[in-house]
Order: sequence, then C-alpha cells, then structure tokens
Amino acid sequence: MTSAIEVADLVVHRGARPVLHGLSCTIPEGSVTGLLGPSGSGKTTLMRAIVGVQVVRSGTVTVLGHPAGDAKLRQRIGYLTQAPSVYADLTVRENARYFAALYGLGAAEADAAVRDVGLADAAGQLVGNLSGGQRSRASLACAIVSKPKVLILDEPTVGQDPVLRDELWAQFRGLAEAGSTLVVSSHVMDEANRCDRLLLIREGSLIADDTPAAVKAAAGTDDLDQAFLTLIRRRETAVPAPRSGGADSEVPA
Amino acid sequence: MILLHTTGRILRQLRHDRRTVAMLVAVPTLLLTLLYFMYQESEFVFDRIALIMLGVFPFVIMFLITSIAMLRERTTGTLERLLTTPLRKTDLLFGYGLAFGLAAALQAAVAAALAYLLLDLDTRGAAGYVILIAVANAVLGMALGLLASAFAKTEFQAVQFMPVIAVPQLLLCGLFVPRDAMAGWLQAVSDALPLTYAVEALQEVGAHAEPTGTMWRDFAIVAGAVVVALVAAAGTLRRRTP
Repeated sequence: MTSAIEVADLVVHRGARPVLHGLSCTIPEGSVTGLLGPSGSGKTTLMRAIVGVQVVRSGTVTVLGHPAGDAKLRQRIGYLTQAPSVYADLTVRENARYFAALYGLGAAEADAAVRDVGLADAAGQLVGNLSGGQRSRASLACAIVSKPKVLILDEPTVGQDPVLRDELWAQFRGLAEAGSTLVVSSHVMDEANRCDRLLLIREGSLIADDTPAAVKAAAGTDDLDQAFLTLIRRRETAVPAPRSGGADSEVPA
Repeated sequence: MILLHTTGRILRQLRHDRRTVAMLVAVPTLLLTLLYFMYQESEFVFDRIALIMLGVFPFVIMFLITSIAMLRERTTGTLERLLTTPLRKTDLLFGYGLAFGLAAALQAAVAAALAYLLLDLDTRGAAGYVILIAVANAVLGMALGLLASAFAKTEFQAVQFMPVIAVPQLLLCGLFVPRDAMAGWLQAVSDALPLTYAVEALQEVGAHAEPTGTMWRDFAIVAGAVVVALVAAAGTLRRRTP
C-alpha cells in the first residue's frame, strides 16, 4: 500500500492562535479517508495544508511525492472548500465548463460532472438562484470534473438530502476505486462508517488514525460518537498536563 | 488557451448581468449628452471637455467594475480555488484585461459614435485614435482596479478607492487647471500620474490632423503604467495565505 499524502510534524498558526500542533499522518492511495472532529478542531486547516494554500509554520506535507502546493500537483489535485466557491453569476453548466477548461477538458466532461452531482436538471440555472445544497453540489462538480488523483473535500454533504448523500458517497467510492485518494471532512459520525480510514482530530491533535472498525474496537463500543468521546476522555486522563504539542502516541497502529 | 477561457468566463458573467451591460453602454452617452446641453452656447468648450471625457469615463468605470469583480473573486474563494488549478496568474490578469478591454472598446465606440455623429464633436485627428486611447485608459483603470482590490476587505472599501485613485488624477490631469498654471509641486505630482498622459494624448488628437510623436509617447506611457500595475497586482495574488 503506497501513501498518497504524508504529513509530518505539521505546525500551523492562524494569527496568534496555534491550530495544528505537530500533526503527523499518512493517507494511503486509492482510499477514502474521513477527517472528523468538532468545528474549530483544525480539519479545514489540515486540508488547506494538503492542498498547499495554507502558510505553515513548520513540518512537511508531501502529496504524490511532491511538496504540497507544487506546480506539478495542480493538474492532479481537486479541492472543495467548505463555502461553495463557484461563480454565482454563471450557470451551473458554465461554471463546470470553465473549471473543466482549466484542466484542458471539454464540455462533455463538464456535463458529466454536473450529472454526477445530480444537477442535470438545474444545469442551465444561475448558481446564485440555487438552494444552499445545490450550490454546494455545483461547487463539488467543479472539484471532481478533472477526476483528480487527490481529492480534498471539505464537508461535501452538509445540507444534502439523505438519498442524495447516499449517491454522493457512492460517487466518492467510485472515484477511490478508480485510483483517486479522497480526504472527506465531516462532523456527521454516520458518514464515518463509509470511510476506509478515519482521522479523528480535536484541538489540533490527532485522537485516532485507523479504520472505523478498529477505532470502535479500541474504544470498546459500536457507536462512533461514543468511541470518539471515550478516546477523548481516555486521552485526558492519560495526559493530565496541558497539551504536550500533539503527541499522538496512543494512535493505534 | 486558459487565458481565452478566462476571458470568455468573465464576459459570460457580464452577459448575465444585463443591467450592468446596459449601464456600461448608456451612462457615458447620457453624460456626454448632458455636457452637450450644458455647453450649447460655447461649442469650443464642449469639444475640449467631451474629448477628454471620452477617455475618462472608461477609466473610472472599468476601475470600479474590476475592483469589485476581483474583490468577489477573493471573498467568495474562487480566487483561492483558481490558484490550486493549472491556471497561471498571468492567465487571470490578462484574462481580465482582455475581457474588460473588449467591453471598453464597445463602450468607447458607442460613446464616440454618439459624440461625433449626433453631438457634433469636432477633433482634428481621427475618431479611431480617440477610441484607441479610450480603450488604453479602460485597461489602465482595470489594472489599477485589480491592484486596489487587494487592499479592500469589503465592497464598501473597494468603492472608496475610486475617489482615492481616480479623482486626484482627474483633478490634476490638466482639465480643470492647465498644467502650466499649477504650482511646481502639483505639476510634479501630475507628471507622476498616468491619466495626465492619457489626457494629453487625447488633446493631441484634438489639435492635430495626424498622430503626433507626443501622442504615441503618451500612449506608450499609459501602456507602461498598465504593465507596472499588472505586475504589482500579480504580486498580490498569493497561492498560500495565513
């Protein structure tokens, strides 16, 4: 199993506030990795560092063998930001076609991406007139249009209807089976069960890095929400002193 | 290729905003008509002012439109996203230049047609040179707008860069007070402002049947200012942010 993304001792400060304290993890190629944790835990910052848009203080992030943000990666990485970053004054189709063109792809690929996110019927509508969930899917279409080798998705399923969410996860699975590496953040624990691996993150440090089954087994529960809680409590009693700079020593191997 | 797709995307955005397109075309012509009636008694004054206004309107309007458009790219996250794709910074900057340059050419052509055909504007030189200089001014406004957008966090701030950047250039370009009559230090400031040269170039077209060396030199200075502003604007497009 080769790794697509390697993060080593990553320290990121945003303003005066430390957000990630020496975080390390490895993400295998062709997998779906769930990045879970409460709001403000550092999920988005970690994703931004992997994409290479985040100024980092120290540590390294390597993506497909290149330093994150390297020009060679731009053809091979897709990034969905949490707030939909598409042009509100263009139609869904025009947005997808523009982003397709940036990767040297044509209208056929763009239209396929619009279909894949379930927006075929709204393709001719201005993004500004869509609902929040639809807008978010329009943004997703622009991220998956190039079928990137590495796809970083920041909360892609928030506000989506359950049937659609199911379909989107099937899409993600399909992309991973075709060889893409996906990192998907969420704070919905039931989505975590669909991932190959989980990274549980809290206050800028890793709490767990394993398969969903192993995380549950380690915590001795069948419920991921409960498992997360148990792991946090166990960690707090084990390390009574304030954070020792992101020691993720208890990560099950 | 990415550059042309970017130009197409920006023009498509404009096309969906019909009211902006209508105002782009109609506002300069309405203001010129207003000037015509204001100076009906003194044709000479109208010729002098209308000629300069043909160059100034595109500058001011493109400055405003571009600074807001670019601010939106920054605040909605599309800029950050674009910079993670194979797009180069020059694709984006020249994409804007080409798109708004085309819009400005349309605007200047309509305004000039009205001025020459209906309002009896009289210049020694050909109308084509007036349009050429007007488009150069529009591109200058666009380049300064791209740059100014980097220093604005909100649209309220962005629109206020218009009086900061455009109005002093307008006051000191020689339209209100002839440059020879200004105090030495004001003349020095005026010498440093690109709009001064654009206005001088237009005055050359007004006074001479054939394009003069001064006109071409002034045109080159405006083009140089565009390049300087674009390079500075490229410096404000950061792939990595805190």
